[in-house]
Amino acid sequence: MKQEVINIEFWRLSAAYLFVLILILLVKKREIKREKLIVLSTARMTIQLVLVGYILMYIFKNPSPWIVLLVLCFMESFAVYNIFKQLHKPLSKKLKLVIVLSMVIGSLVSLLYFNLIVIHFKPWYEPQYFIPIAGMFIGNSMIGITLGMKEMIENFATQKNLIEGALMLGAKPDAATKPIVNSAFDSAILPTINNMVGMGIVFLPGMMTGQILAGTSPLVAIEYQIVILIGIAGSVGISSFLSLQFGYKTFFNDRFQFIPQNEKEK
Amino acid sequence: MKKGLFYMFHIKNLRYKDILYIDELKIEEKQVTCIIGQSGGGKTTLLKMLNHMLSPDQGEIVYKGRSLFEWNPIALRREVVMLSQQPVMFEGNIRENLNFGRILSEKEPLDDEKLKEALKFVCLQKKLEDDVEQLSGGEKQRLALARIFLMDPEVFLLDEPTSALDKGTEEKIMDAFIRDARKKEKTVIMVTHSDTIPKTYADKVITIK
Ligand SMILES: Nc1ncnc2c1ncn2[C@@H]1O[C@H](COP(=O)(O)OP(=O)(O)OP(=O)(O)O)[C@@H](O)[C@H]1O
Ligand SMILES: [Mg+2]
Repeated sequence: MKQEVINIEFWRLSAAYLFVLILILLVKKREIKREKLIVLSTARMTIQLVLVGYILMYIFKNPSPWIVLLVLCFMESFAVYNIFKQLHKPLSKKLKLVIVLSMVIGSLVSLLYFNLIVIHFKPWYEPQYFIPIAGMFIGNSMIGITLGMKEMIENFATQKNLIEGALMLGAKPDAATKPIVNSAFDSAILPTINNMVGMGIVFLPGMMTGQILAGTSPLVAIEYQIVILIGIAGSVGISSFLSLQFGYKTFFNDRFQFIPQNEKEK
Repeated sequence: MKKGLFYMFHIKNLRYKDILYIDELKIEEKQVTCIIGQSGGGKTTLLKMLNHMLSPDQGEIVYKGRSLFEWNPIALRREVVMLSQQPVMFEGNIRENLNFGRILSEKEPLDDEKLKEALKFVCLQKKLEDDVEQLSGGEKQRLALARIFLMDPEVFLLDEPTSALDKGTEEKIMDAFIRDARKKEKTVIMVTHSDTIPKTYADKVITIK
């Protein structure tokens, strides 16, 4: 029943880039200066994917726990680096540490549970399973932490009066920041939850599309998709929760005074 | 020489950035102390120090005979409550805002009757259900004052509590507030730009330069 996936011939693949040219023409016509960005992004995408393709091919052919762990470390580091970059603002050392730990703990807990108990593949480091699943968990946790942190840091800056006003009345830091931390957590997990609602109707997720193209029965494909989506939600939830729950505390010193820019270290 | 409890606050050699320099300052308990001085002089900064929202760079602030650093900051702020210069409004209606000070400081909320009394106390003719968004600046200021009045702390730190009010309302509210504070033997430390308040109510006036 399993059919061969149609391999796109080289000249046909090249033909796809015709659409990039069309995009450039359109942008030129509107006089938006984005040609360079489009060329650069397309080139980067191509090179990155080709490289990843060869690397994955090598890893799949020579499954080794060490290489898989190395890839995992690389993905975690990249995610953390990306979060720091996206947040722009200077972050305190403590807050950075909180982000690293939340990222790693949230995604690892979910990975362990889903790989070992739910999907239950063997050996545990089977790269064909491990790497794509880890990628999805880590990538989504990264987005969740970024959204939540952004919202919290911004609101801490703009609503300093409200936080200090509550502290002056004898509020504990968690009570003084509760509305802000709650709304930040909401922003962090909402995209993931909304994503589940449109699932299957608005779009077929990438992984499922890939599996179906590769000849997997749609029923098996949705099994995986369901499991992965729940795993992603868990990973995003745990990472975002940890980052906010311990993150807000870094904005207070040991005398429960509010340090808005989060620049001072104690 | 009397020491210890006699002074509510005792400030010694305090320095904060280039904003505040105080060699010595004593604030007595159960009295009304007014702090005056020009804008930008550091009055708000001083109140925040007393409430331990800021720590001095040098020097010491002693409250009830113990350095502020020996106090649990939360417990201290529940005894020494500060009314901020900008009235703070929390999301919700007047009832929720009146009770929110007590909730934040983990005291049980009060029933509507007490809340209505407090509104009358600050001359605010509004319903408890009214949303605070629509209140005018002066109304917000009075609501914030009523909120900390209901918290019933030992020490009131008031940062320009009547700056947005007309003379008549200011007088009515201050009369009621100070009379009540004296009756309950509270310590009141108040920053003000008004000429009449220090003359009328203060036991002691401190000028910050
Ligand atoms: N966090 C801060 N960092 C540096 N400077 C500050 C800070 N907060 C306040 N200042 C400065 O300290 C000075 C004193 O401020 P403060 O608010 O205490 O004045 P004030 O006497 O209350 O003035 P006003 O009567 O206008 O309320 C001002 O020049 C102000 O700009
Ligand atoms: Mg001031």
